[in-house]
Amino acid sequence: MGWIYWFSSYEHTKPLALVILFVTFVVILVYVYGNKKRGETIESHKNIPFLDDDSNAREEKK
Amino acid sequence: MTATEISSNEQYNFEVVKKFAFMAIIWGLIGMSIGVYIASELAWPIMNMDIPYITFGRLRPAHTSSVIFGFGGSALFATSYYIVQRTCQARLFGEGLATFTFWGWQAAIVLADISYMLGYTQAREYAEMEWPIDLLIEVTWVSYLIVFVGTIMKRKQPHIYVANWFFLSFILATALLHTFNNLAVPISLFSMKSYSLFAGTQDAMTQWWYGHNAVGFFLTAAFLGMMYYFVPKQAGRPIYSYRLSIVHFWALSFLYMWVGAHHLHWTALPDWTSTLAATFSIMLLLPSWGGMINGIMTLSGAWDKLRTDPIMRFMIVALSFYGMATFEGPLMALKDVNALSHYTDWTVGHVHSGALGWVAMITFGSLYHMIPKLWNTKIWSEKLIGIHFWLATIGVLMYITAMWISGITQGLMWRAFDQYGNLQYSFVESVAAMHPLYVMRAFGGMFFLTGMVLMATNIMMTIRQGGRAAAISPAVKLASAGV
Repeated sequence: MGWIYWFSSYEHTKPLALVILFVTFVVILVYVYGNKKRGETIESHKNIPFLDDDSNAREEKK
Repeated sequence: MTATEISSNEQYNFEVVKKFAFMAIIWGLIGMSIGVYIASELAWPIMNMDIPYITFGRLRPAHTSSVIFGFGGSALFATSYYIVQRTCQARLFGEGLATFTFWGWQAAIVLADISYMLGYTQAREYAEMEWPIDLLIEVTWVSYLIVFVGTIMKRKQPHIYVANWFFLSFILATALLHTFNNLAVPISLFSMKSYSLFAGTQDAMTQWWYGHNAVGFFLTAAFLGMMYYFVPKQAGRPIYSYRLSIVHFWALSFLYMWVGAHHLHWTALPDWTSTLAATFSIMLLLPSWGGMINGIMTLSGAWDKLRTDPIMRFMIVALSFYGMATFEGPLMALKDVNALSHYTDWTVGHVHSGALGWVAMITFGSLYHMIPKLWNTKIWSEKLIGIHFWLATIGVLMYITAMWISGITQGLMWRAFDQYGNLQYSFVESVAAMHPLYVMRAFGGMFFLTGMVLMATNIMMTIRQGGRAAAISPAVKLASAGV
């Protein structure tokens, strides 16, 4: 269990946190912008606020 | 019958949304009136009238609580309940619990304002409420989380729209902040007075971890949730880039938590903490501007709407102020700039550039869009919205210009030395130099408040008009059916 003391030092945990968080950020960027097809799927969600407009329009016609 | 075939007023719980929207207007009037009054007290001290209940020190937290939690908070409850229902295409979870959040929240703000005027405060900025009110807020907030998450869990739409991500991060972060900042020991069960669990520098750190994240999650992330729904709806076109909104969300949520210590530069705080906060503040500029660009570019190809649609004008100017305030913030977080700006009116100007320019303006735009839809009618007067827009814009500009000049003058006067190394100005000389700028600030506030009064009139007339139409329509149906 001696290895756990490695984490008790700021000199170790600060660069470790930096690496973990930077890698997470890069993973998010790659996920969002890395694949054209996935990108199109993600972009299609932008229309969600307009999906319940059809019911309103029908309501107004009535 | 499918969910989309029935009226949205029946499909969704809009009753609680209406209540919160109405109270947002009332708290806007109360909070901004107190703001103008205390600004006037600073310009014309006779207005203190030797009455302890209305001195600046007691009314100031009543002003901040009324506008941030009363006006802003009620508007956030209203819009988040509206947006989560419409984008999840699901009725609000827990009808009774949602109604409880309304009464719990309103009671907390009323009790807070009264207690401040009576002199009760735990002297933590934006969290001055004493422990019994903190407990009420805690219960209300957890109920809010249950209602919001419960609604998301019963959604008919598989994807959770990005506005809801911002609202959820705001609810979770505020729960954390409120709990840890208010850890205190009451002196007795029947006393309002309590003492913080923290002391010294750690107490200051906890306060500003709370204080800046209240700005980050309550006054920024949540209102971005509002922006991501209402700007596309009002523009009639989807958000410019959904992918950018995802990067915006994660970067903003991660970076904000680290920057609170920039409020404590040049204090007993360890220097590395100060530097860390300044560094993260500079990095925060990128997601903030990414979000602003995403909002403004939504109007790309339809800029003419700015000429014709006053609601759109409110929203785009709000985003512009968001951009300006989030540029100014990192600038002020630099240690050398902070050495001049801290403890001066520059900070007050910066806060109001964000609070009036961004928070209030995006709220005005969103409420003008949402309220006619809630009452199933049209806005009573579009012209009044236009007048409100100009009064608000002139008011903010007067306010922040006065505070910039005042703040930089203060900073320079306080650090000026004569040839013998003595301070060149006494403190009271700097106070005298501020006087004309305090008058200008009070007038800026009056402009903004006048706009708010026009909005209240317009909204009340709209609600009345909607109520009349609702009363008439069953009679018309009966008449046309020959009954």
